[in-house]
Amino acid sequence: MAGTFDKPEYFINRECSWLGFNERVLSEARDKSLPLLERLKFLSITASNLDEFFMIRVASLKDMVHAKYTKRDIAGMTPQEQLDVIGKRAHELVHQQYVTYNRSLLPALRQNGFELVTEHEALTEKQKEYADRYFEENVYPVLTPMAMDSSRPFPLIRNKTLNIGALISKKGEKGKAEFATVQVPSVLPRIIQLPDSEDGHKCGILLEEMIERNIDKLFLNYDVVCAHPYRIMRNADLSIDEDEAADLLKEIQKQLKKRQWGEVIRLEIEEKMEPKLLKTLRKELNVKEEDVYKISGPLDLTFLMKLYGLEGMDEYRYKPYHPQPVPGMNDEEDIFTQIRRKDILLHHPYMTFDPVVQFVKQAAVDPNVLAIKQTLYRVSGHSPIVAALAQAAENGKQVSVLVELKARFDEENNIIWAQMLEKAGCHVIYGLHGLKTHSKITLVVRREEDGIRRYVHLGTGNYNDSTAKLYTDCGILTCSEPIGEDATAVFNMLSGYSEPKSWNRLALAPIWLRDRFTRLIEREKQHALEGKPARIIAKMNSLCDKEIIESLYEASAAGVKIDLIIRGICCLKVGIPNVSENITVRSIVGTFLEHARIFYFMNGGDEEFYMASADWMPRNLDKRVEIMFPVEAPDIREEVRHILDIQLADNMKAHILQPDGSYEKIDRRGKVLLNCHDYFCEEAERRAWHAENPVQSRVFVPMENPGKN
Amino acid sequence: MAVKMFASISIGSSETEMKIFEFSPRKGMKEIDCINTRLNLGLDVFKMNRISTKNIDELCLVLNEFKRIMEGYRVEDYKVCATSAFRESKNILVLQDYIEKQTGLSIEVLANSEQRFLDYKAIASVTAEFETIIQNATAIVDIGGSSMQISLFDKDKLITTQNIRIGNVTTKEKLAPYEKSRTHFETMVTELLNHELAGFNKLYQKDRQIKNLIVVGGNLIELMKRFQKANKKITSVSKEQFLEVYGKVINLNADELAAGFDISTEKAPIIGPSAIYCKCLMENFGVETVWLPGFSLNDGLAYDYAEKKRYIKCSHSFEEDIIAAARSISKRYKCSQAHIRNLEGIALQVFDRMKKVHGLSERDRLLLQISVILHNCGKFISLEDVSECAYNIIMATEIIGLSHTEREMIAYTVKFNTSAFPDYDDFDTGTSIGSNDYLRIAKLTAILRLVNALDRTHKQKCSEVTVVLKEHELKITAATHEDLTLEAGTFREKADFFESVFHVQPVFRQKKTF
Repeated sequence: MAGTFDKPEYFINRECSWLGFNERVLSEARDKSLPLLERLKFLSITASNLDEFFMIRVASLKDMVHAKYTKRDIAGMTPQEQLDVIGKRAHELVHQQYVTYNRSLLPALRQNGFELVTEHEALTEKQKEYADRYFEENVYPVLTPMAMDSSRPFPLIRNKTLNIGALISKKGEKGKAEFATVQVPSVLPRIIQLPDSEDGHKCGILLEEMIERNIDKLFLNYDVVCAHPYRIMRNADLSIDEDEAADLLKEIQKQLKKRQWGEVIRLEIEEKMEPKLLKTLRKELNVKEEDVYKISGPLDLTFLMKLYGLEGMDEYRYKPYHPQPVPGMNDEEDIFTQIRRKDILLHHPYMTFDPVVQFVKQAAVDPNVLAIKQTLYRVSGHSPIVAALAQAAENGKQVSVLVELKARFDEENNIIWAQMLEKAGCHVIYGLHGLKTHSKITLVVRREEDGIRRYVHLGTGNYNDSTAKLYTDCGILTCSEPIGEDATAVFNMLSGYSEPKSWNRLALAPIWLRDRFTRLIEREKQHALEGKPARIIAKMNSLCDKEIIESLYEASAAGVKIDLIIRGICCLKVGIPNVSENITVRSIVGTFLEHARIFYFMNGGDEEFYMASADWMPRNLDKRVEIMFPVEAPDIREEVRHILDIQLADNMKAHILQPDGSYEKIDRRGKVLLNCHDYFCEEAERRAWHAENPVQSRVFVPMENPGKN
Repeated sequence: MAVKMFASISIGSSETEMKIFEFSPRKGMKEIDCINTRLNLGLDVFKMNRISTKNIDELCLVLNEFKRIMEGYRVEDYKVCATSAFRESKNILVLQDYIEKQTGLSIEVLANSEQRFLDYKAIASVTAEFETIIQNATAIVDIGGSSMQISLFDKDKLITTQNIRIGNVTTKEKLAPYEKSRTHFETMVTELLNHELAGFNKLYQKDRQIKNLIVVGGNLIELMKRFQKANKKITSVSKEQFLEVYGKVINLNADELAAGFDISTEKAPIIGPSAIYCKCLMENFGVETVWLPGFSLNDGLAYDYAEKKRYIKCSHSFEEDIIAAARSISKRYKCSQAHIRNLEGIALQVFDRMKKVHGLSERDRLLLQISVILHNCGKFISLEDVSECAYNIIMATEIIGLSHTEREMIAYTVKFNTSAFPDYDDFDTGTSIGSNDYLRIAKLTAILRLVNALDRTHKQKCSEVTVVLKEHELKITAATHEDLTLEAGTFREKADFFESVFHVQPVFRQKKTF
């Protein structure tokens, strides 16, 4: 059997699969059943997603092409072949973005009382006056126009900035045009609200439009022949040679400065840009024709996120959802007492992230707590967790924090608070050589009457209280002894000490996790071969690991029923005869970003549930420190089963992977509609309400002596 | 008793480890944390007889980090022990002082016999399982980086313990240049060890079959993970199971071993030699079951500490083990056991009655008993130069559970039993005996000399002896009809030294009852 599952045609290229994911996000922007501003938000997300995709993925493929690296990917494509396909699909995606924007969203905005002025000529007198005054007072002082001629070289255009390029000629010297450019300042809001129009509509104008209107004022002795916005994307894949860098921290700071200088991999221009101006830009920036994106609308749609936050348009947004209290938890008792009573499952953002913050906060002031250890990956700017850790150190607790500096695009942010923690007296580990620490684990060591007790939080998402409102993640709080021992060993390993003799419950990448997954899938296959019912349900963000996919194919061929819930990239193909006929893949894209990783194995009836910080991606399994933990408490297992069941039953936000690699929504005719995000929101509200309002009964319930255990 | 926290740190020849323990009435002794780091001090010593500056600084860093963790757990007490790498390093004194000043931790350098005794204690700490194993003849082998220690038990008594200068790190270093193939390596190691074991067998094993082999160290447990059982602290592996795994392992290189058995890459290279030693010992002894306790020296240190502090109760008497080991030495040198038993009784009586006067500890009582047990061993070599020969025998024999200083004290006590007791200024230079130990030797010698006189004829005439201390007189009364002229005569000679040490006059009386 070996060898029959690894044919390139059995796999989907990961970049193509990723573009498919962004198309699914775009489909949310096109969904007319969504509130208008929500649709704008999704469109904005597709734009920032695409930017990141270019900076990381396209850039690294370009690097490979430059290095004449021709190794084929999982689907048998060389880097150049991949770039060709990506280029085609990205152009198509951008086209779709602007069709959505121009034909659907802009008119809808107008209909609903908001006018985004696309041409400054259309402004009313009052608005013109306002716009010009705004320009004089706020914009003009921060503009730096730059011209290019024989004595001045082409200026540095910074990565991801929006610029206006112009051709100018000296007054009276017609025909001899020079190139000039000015950056649209990123310190000012991109969208400026204007006085309401005569029919009472709210109005706004884009900053670049306002600058274009006043561009003459920038080049006083010149005639402006033409002026058009453009934007570039540079290679920003941050690869640090850790063996070379004596001081990782310094190296990252250096890399941050360097990032703006990379090769230009994408040039976005206004569709109607003068050919001569485009020629200059292409020549000076060294951009190939296929990397030029002609845009019929405003460049960089991420500004739509600002529009989403516009005041006074609440009816065009979802009502903000407030994460609910965790059923069974209360504010009266300290969190440790509650964890001792039973393990606690947290399902964010339906349930509040507060217990996790409280866990660290209370540990920081609890006199019995000896130590707090935590891994931090992406943390919000004013994180209450970081503050609590610093406080704990000041209170004399032993605080060890592993700060992952290599978290993409967050380095600058991370360095600042890492140094702050160090000053407060925390023991800070700045990541591990050659590995990114992606696991999410917190250990609180507490000295109690009958000895040391360890409390552990294990999660699938980062310790970030802001993203916990948007990402769906799971976590458990437990004081299980075997898990506590393992957690201690994890931190010893992260501090550079030897691995433990054995692990009780946890499985760690990069050493053990891959084998563990392979064995679990293999075991299911064995059960199927023995004629027992066999099933795998796995939920994650991405699946692109070849070995795992092959194992899944083998299991499927042996008769294991496999249901995958994968939001993003999936390199696995469904419906290949004798290979993947038993596999289904669904992607849920909705209000919240699906982020939890949950794994279910039927195991011949002795079911096992796991959660993890890792996806089934080579980088997670081989290059990162990740943790998979079992769900053991019977009530929590049922909860987790329920979460998976609901996700598999969703017919509103789920897109089903088809054998041809496309995703399609479910035909809902005759079915009860189920949107898993809405379902979980309502369920959490219902449970929280029940907890606060116990069912009235005619049987009195005597209270027990609170001193008794 | 509330819960007590304790940290033990062991500085081994290839790794430095700290364990945090919790002692509580309910749960007994419980390991809370284990922090382990590779630090190859042994290789330094093997190559250049001293520990390199780089490694000393590295060690200080590790120890300071351990100290921080220790403080984090708020441990009440700690113990830092160093083993063979320190013992054999030429710059030991300077080194120890430097490290102590850098870290503020005081380090105890363990004698081989102490170290092994602690290892043994660690195993014995799992009392029930251990007591069952040693019902049959058992050997404990502790495989270290530069040597291995074999201890033999028979009918739950420790017979002997011997150190063989072959260890898994040094073997690899020594033999690597000659290695032609994996099987060739196996043959070389086997030959080397078989040669050493031949001598051991002849002397100690004789025709006994040793059914149980307890293997400590050497990381063998990593190989045998699949035989671990949740309810047993000591993993047992049958001969057949062992040979099956051995067959699979012996031709693997370190990387294959690490991958195939999920062993960390740092430990994998030394497991090969360990497995070969184990197989070799099994063949030599006729072993049927291999026992693999996953303990380290730190478990022994903690157990020892807790036992002394009476945090935990212990049914196995470790003093009995030390005494048994001493007795088997005295038997080997053909000492008269009847004479010894007779004197032991009297000596301990004298020791107990004199407690207020001499102010010695329970440990000194044990040393006195062992001195009595060994006081005659010199005769095995020469009837003329008994004292010097006894001294040399004792100094050359490992007595498990005793520190080097303690063994030296016993050797001196036995030596001065029959030779003149020197003034402190004339005392041998080049020993580790300080003024305090000198006094203890003097007191033990005085008691040994006195009671030895009571069986001058080795006929155990004074079997029923009562000892009474009254003011400045120690009355020793023997109830017997035998002629005690010779004994009484010798007694008077020895009494002078006793009196000069204790300022108590011993008086000997014979009581003839009818």
